[in-house]
Amino acid sequence: MFKKILIANRGEIACRVIKSAREMGIATVAVYSDADAEALHVQLADEAVHIGAAPSAESYLRIDRIVQACLDTGSEAVHPGYGFLSENSAFCEALANKGIAFIGPKPRAIEAMGDKITSKRLADDAGVNTIPGYTDVVKDADHAVEIARDIGYPVMLKASAGGGGKGMRIAHDEAGCRDGFLRAQNEARSSFGDDRIFMEKFIEEPRHIEIQVMADSHGNVIYLNERECSLQRRHQKVIEESPSPFIDAETRKAMGEQAVALAKAVDYESAGTVEFIVDRDRNFYFLEMNTRLQVEHPVTEMTTGVDLVELMIHVAAGERLPIAQKDVHIDGWAIEARVYAEDPFRNFLPSTGRLVYYRPPAEDRFVRVDTGVYEGGEVSMFYDPMVAKLVTWGEDRDQAIRKMRAALDKFIVRGISTNIAFLSALIAHEKYRTGDISTNTIAEEYPDGFHPGDVPHEDPAEVIAVMASMVRKYRDRAAQIDGQLPGHRRLVPADWVIIMGGEYHTVHVVPMEGGHDVQYDGKTYAVRSNWEFGQPLWDGTVNGEEIHVQVRRNGQVYTLSRGGSQSEVRAMNARAAELYKLMPEKEPPDTSRHITAPMPGLLVSVAVTDGDEVKAGDELAVLEAMKMENTLRAERNGVIARVNFKAGESVEVDEIIMELK
Amino acid sequence: MKHIVDQLAQKRAAAALGGGRERIDRQHARGKLTARERIELLLDEGSFEEWDTFVEHRCTDFGMEDQKVLGDGVVTGYGTINGRMVFVFSQDFTVFGGSLSETHAEKICKVMDQAMKVGAPVIGLNDSGGARIQEGVVSLGGYAEVFQRNVLASGVVPQISVVMGPCAGGAVYSPAMTDFIFMVKDTSYMFVTGPDVVKTVTHEVVTAEDLGGAMTHSTISGVCDCAYDNDVEALLMVRRFINYLPSNNKQKAPFRPTPDAADRMEMSLDTLVPDNPNKPYDIKEAIHKIVDDNEFWELQPEHAKNIVIGFARMEGNPVGIVANQPLVQAGCLDIKSSIKAARFVRFCDAFNIPIITLVDVPGFMPGTAQEYGGIIKHGAKLLFAYAEATVPKITVITRKAYGGAYDVMASKHLRGDVNLAWPSAEIAVMGPKGAVEIIFRKDIGDADKIAERTEAYREKFANPFIAASRGYIDDVIAPHATRKRICRSLAMLREKQLENPWRKHDNIPL
Repeated sequence: MFKKILIANRGEIACRVIKSAREMGIATVAVYSDADAEALHVQLADEAVHIGAAPSAESYLRIDRIVQACLDTGSEAVHPGYGFLSENSAFCEALANKGIAFIGPKPRAIEAMGDKITSKRLADDAGVNTIPGYTDVVKDADHAVEIARDIGYPVMLKASAGGGGKGMRIAHDEAGCRDGFLRAQNEARSSFGDDRIFMEKFIEEPRHIEIQVMADSHGNVIYLNERECSLQRRHQKVIEESPSPFIDAETRKAMGEQAVALAKAVDYESAGTVEFIVDRDRNFYFLEMNTRLQVEHPVTEMTTGVDLVELMIHVAAGERLPIAQKDVHIDGWAIEARVYAEDPFRNFLPSTGRLVYYRPPAEDRFVRVDTGVYEGGEVSMFYDPMVAKLVTWGEDRDQAIRKMRAALDKFIVRGISTNIAFLSALIAHEKYRTGDISTNTIAEEYPDGFHPGDVPHEDPAEVIAVMASMVRKYRDRAAQIDGQLPGHRRLVPADWVIIMGGEYHTVHVVPMEGGHDVQYDGKTYAVRSNWEFGQPLWDGTVNGEEIHVQVRRNGQVYTLSRGGSQSEVRAMNARAAELYKLMPEKEPPDTSRHITAPMPGLLVSVAVTDGDEVKAGDELAVLEAMKMENTLRAERNGVIARVNFKAGESVEVDEIIMELK
Repeated sequence: MKHIVDQLAQKRAAAALGGGRERIDRQHARGKLTARERIELLLDEGSFEEWDTFVEHRCTDFGMEDQKVLGDGVVTGYGTINGRMVFVFSQDFTVFGGSLSETHAEKICKVMDQAMKVGAPVIGLNDSGGARIQEGVVSLGGYAEVFQRNVLASGVVPQISVVMGPCAGGAVYSPAMTDFIFMVKDTSYMFVTGPDVVKTVTHEVVTAEDLGGAMTHSTISGVCDCAYDNDVEALLMVRRFINYLPSNNKQKAPFRPTPDAADRMEMSLDTLVPDNPNKPYDIKEAIHKIVDDNEFWELQPEHAKNIVIGFARMEGNPVGIVANQPLVQAGCLDIKSSIKAARFVRFCDAFNIPIITLVDVPGFMPGTAQEYGGIIKHGAKLLFAYAEATVPKITVITRKAYGGAYDVMASKHLRGDVNLAWPSAEIAVMGPKGAVEIIFRKDIGDADKIAERTEAYREKFANPFIAASRGYIDDVIAPHATRKRICRSLAMLREKQLENPWRKHDNIPL
């Protein structure tokens, strides 16, 4: 077995690999860029080597520097994690040349599976179901139409080198097919410098279900069940689970056996994932094989009891797989939610900055948190915006869902925006609860994005009761202040009005051991909690049921969030509430004149100057953030009153870049 | 007897109506509450003791003898906020537009005099069209009587003004001399001369809101300490605010229990200050994480944002916090921030509230605007305020403490009681680059040499140890232990005794 391994990655996956290696008694070496000098993976590893500047092309993608780091530290093997160099055969070869083991498959398998056309042909040969289509390069638009007639509409045109939705077109008829071919080809040429296009039948209401395989160098291959990854937003997986609520034992076995056949066909070693697309009738077709550890591997680990990273290390050291297919079972249900640093209320724009608070829920038998950051750390603009993977386990799917809802409610992140509210909404969604999902679900259910009002409080009475208890606690404490008139101490009244969403709720709050009894709407709510002033999470019970509410107190307003919904709540005595009704509703200030930065970033260019006339849709400036260029356009016609920034300057989120007259 | 009791009830009912139902409705339609409604919200339920309900004006000109309203446009008395006594006057806009008559002024003076005798705060709720013009000079005399009492009460009992309607002309000077001014957005304004006069004299066209609204005074002028959306919000917040203040200058500020442990560690503060000395960070995160229950009451949050001031509690006892804000203009001191902080420091000193100063200051703002504006004298105000303060003073240097600004920010030399530094502290005459360009002026053309020398300078001075070796810094502390260290220091200083030499009064550079 290796004595020391290097992890050629960062973030949560580097931390996760370090954890398994440590348990195996293997020393770990982290690599880091300028931006990651204080990152969690650097702190966790036994040693850390600086490998370059913040952009990944100058650090985490630098094969030469990582190989040198191995040599300098005496690392015997490298775990590549996912992304970066994990599926780069040149990296494997560079390591092999120096006698360093690659904890992953052999270069030949990586290469074979890296090309869509080659992999599909290999799959066909291995007896794996593939989507009806044309496995060779489509010659031209006429050829495309001819093939489409053969396999039937709708069809999908795909760039051979493609990925992430680029160079991909769906056609429902002949005209669409011609147009789609040309567009896909253009995009493929400009994005990948490779304009080869192939075609296949387009599957409606598709599910994305993948099989985890594990192979050793002695020809043993097993499959570790499936993962359902259908909930995706713009081809980015959001929530995954294992097993899938959709497939049965028979389908599972068929898919697993085909996946194993494919792995054997390429002499696969280590962990790999065979992705299938599954239609309404549980017909499954091979999509591609990922020759690495997947982001969502924890759901497999939680339901099989297997540590995939540990197995990968054993296999890379030439050992045999310690388990056979018959040892693989499904124990309960596991769900993973990906916590991204992005703002769901601003069209999921990335959010970067300091993690003022970062408190994931505590881990136990039901909850696992794979995290790459810490409170006081930084989410930088240079890398993937995923900050953590929250995984819950249950005896059955319902329990796993309940645990996930509670865990999301308890997950505190402040300083940056996260998609936690969106995840909560998804998990609570009827379609998710019933397992009625496809890769189109998110786009269909949230066609205009996600808005704070989308999710009503499931049981507002509980939130009202919690608010009443908190407020009473504050008032009782205020009444303990020194210097009161002797004999005239403040007596805190029991009756309060809670104002939430424009509605006035009368409550009667009585202090009890460990909390309050709140009478509201003819019912009594026993509210109990150890919550203390200023804590961002109210954690306790209402009538014996566990409840977690996130709290922000700003002046008279408490912002309470739970289960993806968020409300601004006030509390006052009955007289004040009566007078509060007289207060005018204030229109929010008119900000349509302001062009603000939707996220922190660098102004690449500014297209206008003071006094310019602009029309709605005109380009005003280009902002670069997270390696993406975002064009800021005029939302209405107007004249530029003032430009506050120059190209090359960096702006903070919400900063006013320019103003219209 | 029965007759008198009936009459009393009748009179009380009449007084309660102020200027009458119609005017009350009009007041409500403007989004404003009446004088009595405001008092109800401000004070503990049922605690208000009204005085002078039956006072009427004595004017007999312009038909005023036929227009008398009980109370004469101001409701006065005392009550409690969380059991602590406060005196209140609340101007009633429904009665003669809240205008100030001789008797109206007498009522205000009466509560102020009584507050001084018993040592309790005065809270004024201002909503007045100005002087009672029918009374002429008598009304002006009334203002001056109030002004005189504001001045004598200053530094003896806390005075808070809540401006909830118009406050124009000479009337502004009473709130101006109180300790804190709160305003209500959109329905209050304060100015010495109104838009009409401005237009006549200077031909400048400006709205009352732009000239003296809550936004103007809380962002541009700094006259307003806190602005709120409406009357209810403002009054409920005043209730909370008064919890930080002692009732008079002989008391310590009131203790209120907290569950927050004095030795709570905040590991995330260890990474608050970025490695790059030119990268900003939000000092308010440090404040929130250091104080009890994350509760910080910021004053003037939108004005002179390069310095942060406000109240918080440590182990239940109120403290005043002054902190440079690296997020805005690198936290440098300028005219506005010096004035803002100086007045706050003097308030804390007058009322026995310990001062915690967090320092990250690159120096004073350079430029003609500052020099012509008199930064010399305005900057000196802050220096003067810190130097004369005898309350416990605890200073934590988080990063830069450069030049004269180092001296100003509650340094050891200004009788700082406990002066601490984070490891990231740099105490020096100026930043490394500036220093090198002066010491090695001949090398200025040689970028490499300058860089090398800058690094050498940084190595030598960009740390807290030189200052610590002189005893200017009592200790270098881990940022995560800041709360604990401050709490212990405050406990040690609880009975601090220090007096300045006798004098009639000092002569702060105004």
